[in-house]
Amino acid sequence: MQIELNGKPHVLADGADLAQLIAALELTGKAVAVAVNRQVVPSQSWAGRVLADADRVDVVRAIGGG
Amino acid sequence: MNMNDTPALTADTGLTIAGKTYGSRLLVGSGKYKDLDETRLATEASGADIITVAIRRVNIGQDPDAPSLLDAVPPSRYTILPNTAGCYNAEDAVYTLQLARELLNGHKLVKLEVLGDEKTLFPNMPETLKAAATLVKDGFDVMVYCSDDPIQARMLEDIGVVAVMPLASLIGSGMGILNPWNLSLIIEQARVPVLVDAGVGTASDAAIAMELGCDGVLMNTAIAGARDPIRMARAMKLAVEAGREAFLAGRVPKRFAASPSSPMAGRVV
Repeated sequence: MQIELNGKPHVLADGADLAQLIAALELTGKAVAVAVNRQVVPSQSWAGRVLADADRVDVVRAIGGG
Repeated sequence: MNMNDTPALTADTGLTIAGKTYGSRLLVGSGKYKDLDETRLATEASGADIITVAIRRVNIGQDPDAPSLLDAVPPSRYTILPNTAGCYNAEDAVYTLQLARELLNGHKLVKLEVLGDEKTLFPNMPETLKAAATLVKDGFDVMVYCSDDPIQARMLEDIGVVAVMPLASLIGSGMGILNPWNLSLIIEQARVPVLVDAGVGTASDAAIAMELGCDGVLMNTAIAGARDPIRMARAMKLAVEAGREAFLAGRVPKRFAASPSSPMAGRVV
């Protein structure tokens, strides 16, 4: 299936959940927050939050800003 | 009193926001530094307790093990203040801060800014008020970048924000305190802390803001953009402290007449 990850197309296996996506991005354990279709998904719920085709996923972090 | 006794100065009580007291009245941003090391050193030199950060999408494919901002300014040492810089409507600002709250493990203190356009970065106040109402209802402690308009500042207070932060001049402009009279009007009526956010260019600007009675100053460019950011961070720390002390001490009135500092009596001529 194809999702939209941070605004860009991203292909991943059918039935993949958020925990698997984050692991594939090598971001497990990093200070990131995730939302699916603009709904924040707490990290403890990533496993089991199965993604669907065309889902819009945002993965964010803190960077320098004023 | 013995000449050697120094009367004890009452220490400044610190800056209390949403029930928590911070020793420093200087809040700093973390943008525009050349690297994370400079960010860390300047933040340390500023003495700030609260540091703003931006929330941005992770660059997919970038080295996931690259050092992160939160390693340089750890939440164990600083109060991290996520902002909504770059948001131009209430919905995007609320969404950004919901992500920030998750990122920072339920942290409630946030800086709301909803911008009007890219040229001025002036706040869009209708959208700012809308976002503030949603966030307060959702349990956030909201500090708000706003116009230097006492009526809008009061509207924000009525919504239940924990601090109002009028601009002193345009973000990043370094133009200083352009309308001290408006700031004074806001300070006079305020029931929550008033912080100047944006426009400070150099140390005297920060001191002026504090002398007016501001509870604190938030700045980024003035420090990060200086030739020596670490030294300027220290200058700002001293300026904020000096301005606060002068405010507490109470300045002499201005008058258009000279007044000799030495007594007239007992002159030798």
